[in-house]
Amino acid sequence: MSAEFWIAQSFNGISYGALLFLLASGLSLIFGVMRVVNLAHGSYFMLGGYVGLTVALRTKSFTLACLASAVAIGLVGMGMERFFLRRLHGQVLGQVLMTIGFALIFQDLALLIWGGDPYTVPIPALLTGTTRLGGAVFPIYRIFIVGVAIVVGLALWLVLDRTRVGAMIRAAVDDAEMAQGVGINVPRVSLAVFALGAALAALGGVIGGGFLGVYPGADFEVLPYAFVVVIVGGLGSLPGAVAGSLLVGLLDNFGKALFPELSYFTLFAPMALILAIRPTGLFGRG
Amino acid sequence: MIARRALLAAVAVVVLAAVAPLLPAYPLTLLTQALIVGILAMSLDVLLGYTGLSSLGHAAYFGVGAYAVAIMATEKQAGLVACLVMGVLLAAGTAAVFGLLAIRATGTYFLMITLALGMVIWGLAFRWVSLTKGDNGIAGVPRPSLGPLDLSGPVPFFYFCLLSAAVAWALMGLLVVSPFGLGLRGIRGSETRMQALGYNVWLHKYAAFVISGVFAGFGGTLWAYYNGFVSPNDVQLVTSVETLLMVALGGPGTLIGPALGAGIIVFLKNFVSVYTKRWLLILGGVYIGVILFAPNGIVGALRGRRR
Amino acid sequence: MTSNPPLSPPGRGQGEGPRGEGAPALRLDNVCRSFGGLQAVDGVTLEVRPGERRALIGPNGAGKTTLFNLISGAMPPSSGRISLFGQDVTGAPAHRRAALGLARTFQITNLFPDLSVLENCLLAVQAHTPTRFAMLRPVRRYTALLDRARATLASLELGALADAVVKNLSHGEQRQLEIALALAGQPKVLLLDEPTAGLSPAESRLMAGLLRRLDPAITVLIIEHDMDIALELSEMVAVLHYGRVIADGPRERVKADPQVREIYLGA
Repeated sequence: MSAEFWIAQSFNGISYGALLFLLASGLSLIFGVMRVVNLAHGSYFMLGGYVGLTVALRTKSFTLACLASAVAIGLVGMGMERFFLRRLHGQVLGQVLMTIGFALIFQDLALLIWGGDPYTVPIPALLTGTTRLGGAVFPIYRIFIVGVAIVVGLALWLVLDRTRVGAMIRAAVDDAEMAQGVGINVPRVSLAVFALGAALAALGGVIGGGFLGVYPGADFEVLPYAFVVVIVGGLGSLPGAVAGSLLVGLLDNFGKALFPELSYFTLFAPMALILAIRPTGLFGRG
Repeated sequence: MIARRALLAAVAVVVLAAVAPLLPAYPLTLLTQALIVGILAMSLDVLLGYTGLSSLGHAAYFGVGAYAVAIMATEKQAGLVACLVMGVLLAAGTAAVFGLLAIRATGTYFLMITLALGMVIWGLAFRWVSLTKGDNGIAGVPRPSLGPLDLSGPVPFFYFCLLSAAVAWALMGLLVVSPFGLGLRGIRGSETRMQALGYNVWLHKYAAFVISGVFAGFGGTLWAYYNGFVSPNDVQLVTSVETLLMVALGGPGTLIGPALGAGIIVFLKNFVSVYTKRWLLILGGVYIGVILFAPNGIVGALRGRRR
Repeated sequence: MTSNPPLSPPGRGQGEGPRGEGAPALRLDNVCRSFGGLQAVDGVTLEVRPGERRALIGPNGAGKTTLFNLISGAMPPSSGRISLFGQDVTGAPAHRRAALGLARTFQITNLFPDLSVLENCLLAVQAHTPTRFAMLRPVRRYTALLDRARATLASLELGALADAVVKNLSHGEQRQLEIALALAGQPKVLLLDEPTAGLSPAESRLMAGLLRRLDPAITVLIIEHDMDIALELSEMVAVLHYGRVIADGPRERVKADPQVREIYLGA
């Protein structure tokens, strides 16, 4: 295994982790605020990719595709929360079944609208190709993904840490009942967080669509990864989402490269180990 | 009340046994499938409906049992008893290991960990090609024979599955009305109270987890013989979730409800997919409908609030 | 009962009691519990002799229920030692303490709502028996357990409600069942957390009557907001304020203590 191998694989792992961060950060916040199990989160990713695909093909603008997709799926998420999930507060089984129901409906609708063939989201010429950094070759698009994740991560951190809205969200994550008690409109915060999570997942779907593609089954394929990131990182924790995404991205990548026969195992075994030591995840509070 | 339920069950078994030779082949195989999947659904009910633990990875133990039979029957030409025993033991072992990791967690964390653990089994089934033949699956599992009894015909095999399902139901039924079963229902009601009363709640939950895995594995062994073919699809997330739906549809905590739910889903899947390609859409609608309109499931609604 | 130990200065607990009478039923040594920056229990030292009735009073937020949670094992202390009958249980989980004879009730009713009253009591009765692991015979075949459960219910005048589902009971009946569950295991040390919480004056009187009839061999530690009932049932009183014991001794002395009077009358 040459140094080039390690560098390339590490970078791949980091860029995949960046994508996972987009997907999982929203999920972690949703869990943290509302303690809602949303098995349709992978569907947001997939639908985001498909919507982005259509917009990109029609308007030839990647930026517009990202924006439109985030907004559209954010609205879908809002609708689900407001009209369906809100009445299932605290009922884990009910949430699981209802969100799975939606996931299946979304999957079938996607099949109906876009068919069964895989597609790749067209990316701007600016982001294609590779570049040389310190003797190694890196695809520009993957650097772009890492960049987007860093920007989004910083933005989230700034909002959570420095703004009033962020303080409200953190309060709701800490203790929703107490937050409601001091006058924070927790339902509205929940709705906003849900919409944000869905939008971020959709953004991840469009961006991921540029190199992984969009295809039927992407929803259930990516869902366990999102869950592992949130489990390992800890519910409701932004630093946890960062740590978890990086860890999962690297483990998955190296696992696939070095032990292809045991790929899921190499991912979940360390996860199990971490949980054995800290059942609430690296940064979680239980 | 127990006697009445046992009587109803006996009647049902007799009716099914009598009707079986008269049914055409297709409904008979569907009925057989419903019985096998019913065992899986009941095993999940012990964990979910009685102990209150929602698991999203139950197909794992089903799959381990199925793969054990498939591998042993096709590569070692092992007989029925050896395959069944091996399948159940391996499923129990898997549940024993996974339980150590999962039972520490509660609520949402438990759900997610069981999902992840289910994916581990799926991943192994998918990638450990030398053992499981990966995506291709293992085909050619022959119908078994029990000594001189040849179970390969649809009717004898149906009887075999009917007997198995009845035994499984009886054993699980005894479990849930036993003192241990009462303890599980207590855990579902209030873990903190059970702790305060002096129960080692972790131990009871762990035992329930393993026992549930044993019965799921048993169902899996029958599935391998029924289907003749085992693939990673049998252990995928969707299978675990469908099992949850069967429990919810039939009624968590009623034991016979989930078996009924299994039957409904099996028939729904096979009939509906004949008439429309939009089968997933309808299934999704069923999920949402159950939550909105029948939160206690069918049998739950029939029995009212009193359990 | 025991000879009158002197009223001790705040924070020091009982000091020496009669020597050579065996281990105290419950002993807390400088027990602390903090939540982040909040010191909920601050260096509590307490000693309860077997058979003693001790009331634990104090304003809201004084740390009384937290103290109960520490004693019962629902949460670990940040520091300090807890022992039951001389045995160190500081690190022991709740179920182990229950096995040593500790039982508690909860301030917020904590029953099994979907089970019947009898089933609730059965769970309490079978908790310390190997029967709790029996898997192959229906519960109702274990007649000895059933008899004990029914007897416990009868002693708390709940016999007629045996088959009622708990969530359909009135609040008062549920509070009675709370006590029944704690008593069914034949405990040696009983922690009662506001047994009359939410009860009407008439119901409180009934509850007080039931509690007066408790087996005198049981050591009882009772948190109670109703001062009259608290003092009526217990000859010894400890007063908790901001997580510290500020008074501890016979009830008359505590009642007369100026600091205690200030907290209750001045606040």
